[in-house]
Amino acid sequence: MPERLLLTGNHAAAYGAMLARSEVISAYPITPQTMIVELLSELTASGRLDAKFITVESEHSAMAACVGASAAGARAYTATSGQGLALMHEMLHWAVGARLPIVLTNVSRAMAPGWSIWSDQSDILSQRDVGWMMLFAESVQEAQDFIIWMYRVAEQVFLPGMVGMDAFILSHTAEPLIVHDQEAVDEYLPGFQPLYDLDPEQPRAYGGLVNRDHYFELRYKVYENMERAGQLLIDAGEEFGEVLGHKYTPLEGFMLDDADYVLVSAGAMTSNVRQAVRDLREKGIKAGLLRVIAFRPFPVKQIRQKLGGRKKVAVLDRNMSAGHSGIFAEEIRSALLGRPDAPPVYGYVVGIGGRDVRVETAHEVMNDLLVRDEPEMSLFVGVKGLPIGPLRSDYEIRPLEPLEVMR
Amino acid sequence: MRWVVPEAEHMAEGTLGCQGCGGALSMRLVLKELGQDAVAVLPACCWSIIDGPWPVHALDIPVLHTAFETAAVVATGVKAAKTIQGKDTTVVAWAGDGGTFDIGLQALSGAAERNEDILFICYDNEAYMNTGIQRSSSTPTGTWTTTTPDQRPEARPKKDIMGIIAAHRIPYAATATAAYPEDLEHKVRTAVSIKGGMRFLHLLSVCPPGWKMEADQAIEVMRRAVRSKVFPLYEIRNGREYTITHWPDDLPIEDYFSLQGRFKPLLGNDEMLELVRENVEERWQTLLARHERSHSGAPA
Repeated sequence: MPERLLLTGNHAAAYGAMLARSEVISAYPITPQTMIVELLSELTASGRLDAKFITVESEHSAMAACVGASAAGARAYTATSGQGLALMHEMLHWAVGARLPIVLTNVSRAMAPGWSIWSDQSDILSQRDVGWMMLFAESVQEAQDFIIWMYRVAEQVFLPGMVGMDAFILSHTAEPLIVHDQEAVDEYLPGFQPLYDLDPEQPRAYGGLVNRDHYFELRYKVYENMERAGQLLIDAGEEFGEVLGHKYTPLEGFMLDDADYVLVSAGAMTSNVRQAVRDLREKGIKAGLLRVIAFRPFPVKQIRQKLGGRKKVAVLDRNMSAGHSGIFAEEIRSALLGRPDAPPVYGYVVGIGGRDVRVETAHEVMNDLLVRDEPEMSLFVGVKGLPIGPLRSDYEIRPLEPLEVMR
Repeated sequence: MRWVVPEAEHMAEGTLGCQGCGGALSMRLVLKELGQDAVAVLPACCWSIIDGPWPVHALDIPVLHTAFETAAVVATGVKAAKTIQGKDTTVVAWAGDGGTFDIGLQALSGAAERNEDILFICYDNEAYMNTGIQRSSSTPTGTWTTTTPDQRPEARPKKDIMGIIAAHRIPYAATATAAYPEDLEHKVRTAVSIKGGMRFLHLLSVCPPGWKMEADQAIEVMRRAVRSKVFPLYEIRNGREYTITHWPDDLPIEDYFSLQGRFKPLLGNDEMLELVRENVEERWQTLLARHERSHSGAPA
């Protein structure tokens, strides 16, 4: 029977890894993820989860251990955050090239310096191009369920996937959680069936030297499988509803059908944006919400369909790519580029380094959106002493010193 | 102690190793005693090339290639999977000196400290040979490499990797070289037979191009390294019990160095040569004392 418990996002993630029957878990502590590995250590030590837990000496090694375990045919799981995810970067690539369906939970945290443990999506979005699937959880329930949903797809396409959740706002906040019946999860997610498992009877070499006449094709297949994963996420999300009671989709709309002004958001701050949309509707403003759940593969077609023809779109980014814009905004713009019904996309950068994104923040964004003519790349919300807007124009950057030779 | 070297070959002929490659010969000899239920994990090293480009593969056990610094921990992950699957596969991490002494040291120390059930083998050619002869922390004093040129040869002694490994108190560690194959096979056999903990083999592996010497002197040079006490052959059990397995015969160290062009800066510098001589002797005396203490019946 499913259980209903009051748990934090971190503990929910540990339950997700347990329900998915992860066989090898390797992780390194980092705030605010640590509770995940603590609970998984307990679950494996008590025998409730039949898995090997490897307490490695770094996140780089955590991912490397997962690579070894997955290559040998085990279902592998790890969890990390911020600096830890950055340290894993090399091995994140390795997991993709080696086609290993590892699942990772990243509790998103701001990057140092200065040291910050607070919520910020820059860590996970910095891994955008490594070739991992990426899902963004909004609730404790999703922090658990997305791990199971991710494995279901990852093991079909032989690509790894990460589930993002927000530091503290999700990781340390207790919400009611339905812990699914194990038999039902087993029905949804059968055991991992690897194509290769380092069988000494089949002495092959994996991941060695490839010359220019083969490498391109290997990467083409990565791309191809990532594309396939788009539809599989939809199908597996539907199956999740059939077997485990809640249907998941790569995108989620709220009051979207007739909305003129759409706020786009991902992760836990979406709950506040949703509340703002409710408020706005009461005031007669035709606002709507589009929540991005799947970031890789990016649901380009569905985004065109959901956002085409709107009056204005505001994308809330709890991250920024200095020199360009918020990363979700960048992706949404690129999905809509050249479409005859493409709405103007306004990029709003909010909540960097864990600064609160409240319902009021979403209202401020909407108030600005309604009166602003130019769809700016980056509009900063809540920088001390500055109104919502693009970069200040009165700040002089240190000019180049004249060179001797020019005199 | 002498053992017959098994005749069966588990490595294909015609690998991409250079002429006289100590790394290739070491692998060939190790495979003879490793057993067929084994997997090798290879970080970036000469063996990333020697095994051949896809779809060629020279060994009759599976090989998982991995990133430079991860041999010990990827092997740990493979072993974890095999264990949970109820298999008793021997998992070998096979790394060069860079992947052991330098970039691989963190993961190696982690695996050793946790006493992971893997066999870590370092084939040590005393520099980054695959990238074209750059110094590593395994490069001995007075050596020429492309990053320690003749004008500024390697100033520091070779890192004492066996001392570092011994400090982790793992069940078994040993030095060996392909110039003494019976000794090497015995140590591989011992390492494979000790289950449930970390085992470490340090194999001095000649590199004729990197050591600037003739390929047909490959065995001779490794033999001289042992005879001159530059590279003594011994075992360490549980980090404390030392056993010298081959007794050197007081060959002058110059006779080892003079076969190799890489030591030209050393041989031309009497002061440095004396330092090296003292260092070799001091290390030998330390080893000898440990050996005698281990075999005296007194507590180690």
